[in-house]
Amino acid sequence: MSGTLATQPPAVPEERGDERVLVVDDLVVEFPAKGGGTVHAVSGISFELRDGETLGILGESGCGKSSAGRALMQLPPPTSGSVLLNDVELVGHTGRTLRRKRAKMQMIFQDPVSSLNPRRKVKDLVAEGPRIWGRKVTEDQIRELLLAVGLDPESVWDRRPHELSGGQCQRLCIARALMLDPQVLICDEPVSSLDVSVQAQILNLLEDTKQRYRLSMIFIAHDLAVVKNISDRIMVMYLGRICEVIPADRLAEHALHPYTKLLLESVPEAQLPDAELEVEEVGVTNAELPSPLDPPSGCRFRTRCPLATEICATEAPPLRESVSGHLVACHHAEV
Amino acid sequence: MTSNATRESTRPAERPRSGTLLAVEDLRTVIHTARGDLKAVDGVSFTLDRGETIGIVGESGSGKSVLGRTIMGLHTTGPTTTISGRVMFDGRDVQSLGPKDLRSLWGSQIGMVFQDPMTALNPVKKIGVHLTETLRKHQGLGRTPARERAVELLDLVGIPDPRRRIDQFPHEMSGGMRQRVVIAMALANEPALLIADEPTTALDVTVQRQILDLLGNLQAEMGMAIILISHNLGVVAGRADRVAVMYAGRVAETADAKTLFADPRHPYSEALLRAIPRLHEPPHVRLAAIDGAPPNMVQPPVGCRFAPRCAYAQEDCRTVLPELEPAATGHLFACHHPVNRGEN
Amino acid sequence: MSDLAQTTDPAGAMDPAAAAVTVVSAEDAAAVRLGTPGLLRCWLPLLAGVAAFVVALVALRGQGWLTAAVALLGLILMHAGGAALGRRRKGPEFDLTAWLCAIWLAIIILAAVFAPMLPLAEEQNLSLTLDQPVMARPDLLTDHPLGTNNFGLDLLARVIYGARASLVVSIGAVVIALVVGGSIGIAAGYFRKLTDATVGILTNSLLAIPPLILLIALATVLDPTLPNIAFALSLMALPSMVRMARASTLTFVQREFVLAGKAMGASHLRLMMRELLPNVILPLLSYGMIIVSVLIVAESSLSFLGLGIQAPEPSWGNMIAEGEGNTFEEHPHIVLVPGAAVFLTVFAFNMLGEKARKRFDPRQAKI
Repeated sequence: MSGTLATQPPAVPEERGDERVLVVDDLVVEFPAKGGGTVHAVSGISFELRDGETLGILGESGCGKSSAGRALMQLPPPTSGSVLLNDVELVGHTGRTLRRKRAKMQMIFQDPVSSLNPRRKVKDLVAEGPRIWGRKVTEDQIRELLLAVGLDPESVWDRRPHELSGGQCQRLCIARALMLDPQVLICDEPVSSLDVSVQAQILNLLEDTKQRYRLSMIFIAHDLAVVKNISDRIMVMYLGRICEVIPADRLAEHALHPYTKLLLESVPEAQLPDAELEVEEVGVTNAELPSPLDPPSGCRFRTRCPLATEICATEAPPLRESVSGHLVACHHAEV
Repeated sequence: MTSNATRESTRPAERPRSGTLLAVEDLRTVIHTARGDLKAVDGVSFTLDRGETIGIVGESGSGKSVLGRTIMGLHTTGPTTTISGRVMFDGRDVQSLGPKDLRSLWGSQIGMVFQDPMTALNPVKKIGVHLTETLRKHQGLGRTPARERAVELLDLVGIPDPRRRIDQFPHEMSGGMRQRVVIAMALANEPALLIADEPTTALDVTVQRQILDLLGNLQAEMGMAIILISHNLGVVAGRADRVAVMYAGRVAETADAKTLFADPRHPYSEALLRAIPRLHEPPHVRLAAIDGAPPNMVQPPVGCRFAPRCAYAQEDCRTVLPELEPAATGHLFACHHPVNRGEN
Repeated sequence: MSDLAQTTDPAGAMDPAAAAVTVVSAEDAAAVRLGTPGLLRCWLPLLAGVAAFVVALVALRGQGWLTAAVALLGLILMHAGGAALGRRRKGPEFDLTAWLCAIWLAIIILAAVFAPMLPLAEEQNLSLTLDQPVMARPDLLTDHPLGTNNFGLDLLARVIYGARASLVVSIGAVVIALVVGGSIGIAAGYFRKLTDATVGILTNSLLAIPPLILLIALATVLDPTLPNIAFALSLMALPSMVRMARASTLTFVQREFVLAGKAMGASHLRLMMRELLPNVILPLLSYGMIIVSVLIVAESSLSFLGLGIQAPEPSWGNMIAEGEGNTFEEHPHIVLVPGAAVFLTVFAFNMLGEKARKRFDPRQAKI
């Protein structure tokens, strides 16, 4: 990567870290289910993204992590709650106002091939963003960005997405998002459809890109090791609620929430063959995920939780701080 | 597994539990496409003993799925495909079997589990019908005994409340439950070989763990051999006795699981292991990505298939195709310049 | 660093020259294997077909049905031989029928466009054909290669001028349906909800009226001019166009590139025009080809019923209508000549439309 990056002087690191780029408060996403009822995809989550930080959102399918990511982009807007991007409220705006207000936030999707229009050529795909905003894009700008994401402009210039590999398409998606000069990049499972070797390439590229373009990032994924590799903090979600917010370096050894422990225990062992990680058996009895149409009262994990008691059914546990920056929502976790 | 006693009564004649079950010899599957002949599997040989589990690991396009399907006899020589080499299953050459023999082989001798449980189940048929059909066909059971056996099977694969579940449709179940049903179908006639092609890829990690545990328990009980095909090294590592790493249609390295992970000799195996993010490493560790992309299998590189991406490649790698050679008992690799040479 | 090497991906590495090498070698192998049988399969039927055709024209001249039958046999043999030859020369993908369809459409459209410049006999003005033979049989070697009708008007000229009316009306109708129906369908598929429901009710009610009744009703209100007939026929094609556009929009609107466009700040109109339209238009165009063939038949029926183009101005429909009564029994060519023109054109449009549909079907949009 160093060769391609050398085309530009490295970005001067600045003192950052305390400023909050994105503040999310009590975000709720609900939508009508087929055949009646309401899907409670996200039920009141609050978090913040600091400048230059990568926040990982970890969870299994149906936990609401993708719904939450899209709700930040207002695609579609959340049912209620507040999303402040640089202290500007996004919720409640529509049309052109909304598009202008959220322009500093861009998104990358799970299926890179599907998120590129099959009838367009690479050069047009990359330039699409600024053109939407009526700005001219020079060929040099396009070349520079393609190089920055590790694509050779000459060989991909006139190609269409189906002529590229999955990894190349994801690079293209990253270039396209960067073209709009974003401040926050939301990555929704960006490597889960890629092969192991390509996944490593893209993870490295995202890390480099974040440094170079001074981005803050939200990284949504289901793979613990991947999330841990790229994140500063990790937010574990279960059935639309936050279980735990944990600094990435504490994930393997200091997880407190029973669900996080269950996830750790489920990681195929070979991903940790030479590190004999001591993961306590959680002893989960009921494997089935409750329906998001009718989530359990109180703590949502209680139906699968070995620690559950009466209070778990009646009271939803609040997020409590264990050590600085480590929050857990469990009545029984030892803080 | 409460129903062992009753199950014994319907169990087919006891099969031997040791000896070679499957021998694959220099298998090549060439698929004729508009762009040329795709050498999906290009000279693979291995044997599988009864009750043994072999894990086949590879990235997409490595030919691992085509290999699995060729072993099953799902690919046969025809207008679109040419197969050479031999697949000997239980003393019979799979390629020489007619369609009728193949169907009876699939039902009773070889079970299959695919990636997507939804497509393996017919959405308009109840769970019970899926199971009783194969039981009645291959074991000649009547309606009531077949249903009883179906309930036992659902119980066996850990589906709670099987008497209620048997009358449900596939869409009324979760992905993990569906995959359990597919496993129950595959094992209904107690096959000698189970081919599981990415059985947990579509499932969540917590469910994946359960399904893999289930397969392990069932194997211990029934003694079938398993070919476990996956792109995920982690999935294969803990479950397989032996692992074969495939790259570009060929086996790059094969060894027992522990050896392979601790002491990989082929640069591709080594690189693949290093490209995976590890939970025990601190955040933001730079991953050792493998540059480039797998080769185009219409025109694979002349020498070693991995040479264009290999950090250790030398002149002979680009001209001479390395054959599998032994490093130790049961540990074979195909490389002119293997890694970790001194450490062994 | 060598990250750039990633760009040499499988598709890029697919060297066309190398692919050609494999094709050539396959062909050589085929040639070796076939040997003389190849000759038998290709050249023999081709030459026999040409011979039969020439015999029909020269030796069997004026024998009526026999001539027609031998000529037809010759054409079939030529087709079989030509197809086999094409497959050997150009590979197994070669489709002679599709090429012939394209050639036929090109000929008929060019002839219709340049009709006034062609050396054709009179097609319309009865006063100029008083000295011409009446009901002359088709004979390719005379002044009236396809014969004449009961007024001595030349059938070849009438088929070509009739093509003008038939093609203008049907293609015009399809273009109207494509533009109107396509936009409505894309909007319905994109917005869904209320828009979709409204559009659904409207198209369904249009479909509920039997098409011929609708056409007859319209014909009583509208003057039978070309634009009016085209408009009436476009109403027939509209509902299916809307449905087709809506269906393929639905398959694309769920793809993430539409969401990605939204995330970049694209407006609804831009998403529909720039992201969806280029994907929807191809299946729609190929479907349009098939609809053209349906409308050619519909226009012919209208003219046959006396509601379309009025005689003596020729259209394929009213030419067939001339065969009413006993005429067909005594002079079958009056019906067979325009009938063959309709058949071949409809067949060609259908064939090519179907081929295009397979290629651009949204379900297999990816290779």
